[in-house]
Amino acid sequence: MNNLKKKNIEEVRLMKGNEAIAHAAVRCGCDGYFGYPITPQSEIMETLMELEPWNTTGMVVLQAESETSSINMVYGGAGCGKKSMTSSSSPGVSLMQEGISYIACAELPCVIVNVMRGGPGLGTIQPSQADYFQSVKGGGHGDYKLITLAPASVQEMADHTVMAFDLAFKYLTPVLILADGVIGQMMEKVVLPPFQPRLTEAEIREKYPWATLGKPTNKKPNIITSLALEAEEMEATNLRLQRKYRKIEENEVLVEEFSCEDAEYLVIAFGTSARVCQKAVEMARAEGIKAGLLRPITLFPFPTNEISRFADKVKGILTVEMSAGQMVEDVRLAVNGRVPVEFYGRMGGIVPSPDEVLKALKDKIVK
Amino acid sequence: MTTNEIISPENLVYTKTKVMNDTPMHYCPGCSHGVVHKLIAEIIEEMDFQDKTIGIAPVGCAVFAYKYLDIDWQQAAHGRAPALATAIKRLLPDRLVFTYQGDGDLAAIGTAETIHAANRGENITIIFINNGIYGMTGGQMAPTTLVGMKSSTSPNGRNVELNGNPLDITKLLAQLEGTCYVTRQSVHTVGAVRKAKKAIQKAFENSMEKKGTSVVEIVSTCNSGWKLTPSASNDWMVENMFPAYPLGDLKNL
Repeated sequence: MNNLKKKNIEEVRLMKGNEAIAHAAVRCGCDGYFGYPITPQSEIMETLMELEPWNTTGMVVLQAESETSSINMVYGGAGCGKKSMTSSSSPGVSLMQEGISYIACAELPCVIVNVMRGGPGLGTIQPSQADYFQSVKGGGHGDYKLITLAPASVQEMADHTVMAFDLAFKYLTPVLILADGVIGQMMEKVVLPPFQPRLTEAEIREKYPWATLGKPTNKKPNIITSLALEAEEMEATNLRLQRKYRKIEENEVLVEEFSCEDAEYLVIAFGTSARVCQKAVEMARAEGIKAGLLRPITLFPFPTNEISRFADKVKGILTVEMSAGQMVEDVRLAVNGRVPVEFYGRMGGIVPSPDEVLKALKDKIVK
Repeated sequence: MTTNEIISPENLVYTKTKVMNDTPMHYCPGCSHGVVHKLIAEIIEEMDFQDKTIGIAPVGCAVFAYKYLDIDWQQAAHGRAPALATAIKRLLPDRLVFTYQGDGDLAAIGTAETIHAANRGENITIIFINNGIYGMTGGQMAPTTLVGMKSSTSPNGRNVELNGNPLDITKLLAQLEGTCYVTRQSVHTVGAVRKAKKAIQKAFENSMEKKGTSVVEIVSTCNSGWKLTPSASNDWMVENMFPAYPLGDLKNL
């Protein structure tokens, strides 16, 4: 009876965003986590090491000697068709770019978490969103894209972990969860995803026949590689990747709208900035300014069409980011000059306040 | 004996292992890679491990090792093979996992991955081809290039003041708690080939018995990079490489 009761009640817990990612990873049947400590995301590996999932689900958790190594461990695990992930923060993710490019080209599924901090360089451990370009424009060498999810709450940290693995295996591509120090460190209520078992080896062989699990006698060897010395072969690989990215753009865009139905002025922001902007929009509404908030949940694929539709309805758009203005370039491409697009941002680890955003909205857009 | 008698099955004394396919190798004539590939393939067949082996190919001439051995392969970024192997072996503990790496890959760009995988005692085998040169990129100086040895980036010979000392990484790996078997072999004579095969087999057995990391260095020739004939390369290796990299077991637990 007690067990039945427990099962039916959604378990609401209070925890940090980083902790939610760790719990969600174990629950969604992740096979391997490989990481290296860096603030402000170290709680992800710390939580996993405390959970000791190798004793329950059989998940492997390993602290690597560098981010270079951890992303290559992810490559190895992903090549075996195993649900593999890593996490880091901005400088560490820079170090991973080589491995990410290889993984994208070898078309392996994996999840990478970037809990952004202020850069460039060693920068600060305070939150930032200045890795937008690195995340959505490729990051490493060559033509590739990462599906990029931008959680704005602890609940989304958990939900996006599950969704990221689903997308990674659907498209055989690395998926990036692009959070920031606020979302990683703040505590909120969260309902963790249900447990799902890790795939058995037989299931992996059935679902992912490309996985290197050892060559069955009657089958050809599986080879995971990103190398094609012949230009024609490499162009074919690139064309296949580009077709995949177009398909992702068609099918996987996610946005959230807040007070947008009758909006005359639109604010666009993601992650922590979107949380701040929601408050600013409420304050603007209280003053009689018809403002709305559009929050991209996927940064790649970018909600170009959704923004384009608003460009025909609103008088002006303010993009707010914790950076010098990166996503605003994609907003301007979507709007294509139809209405003014202005930017407001803070850098170096500063989170803008709702008052600042409201003032920027009035000064730059409403006038 | 007639030709037909010679080729009749009961007189068969040698056959190519089925783990090796018929793809013509891209290696230069005289190169050690082909012999080492064959040894690995033979041992995999003899251990009946073709369906349980995952090889990690490096960056360098052996990047195409996956073309010649019919086993599952992953090809790693330059130097990162031990990181891939770590994850694969931990996720698939009953599989035979080995890396195949050259001196530049293992002892320069991948030093951190190599030392840490070995220090953790990952139950993998590292096959280390040491020919003292970057073969694929055209003969540049490697971490193991000998003092005075000429390469395209040390055209007047390796100079310690300018280039630093050669790195005996195998000696270093033998010092680590995580390694169980560290040996240095060569494949320039029939006897050496037989010894090298035994060493690789022992390493593979260690990996399956979860004894720790095994490292088999093969002191090798690169006659194209060294600008010598295959047979002169062997002589040069014996005279110059062996004194710096003496053959034998450095560690055998």
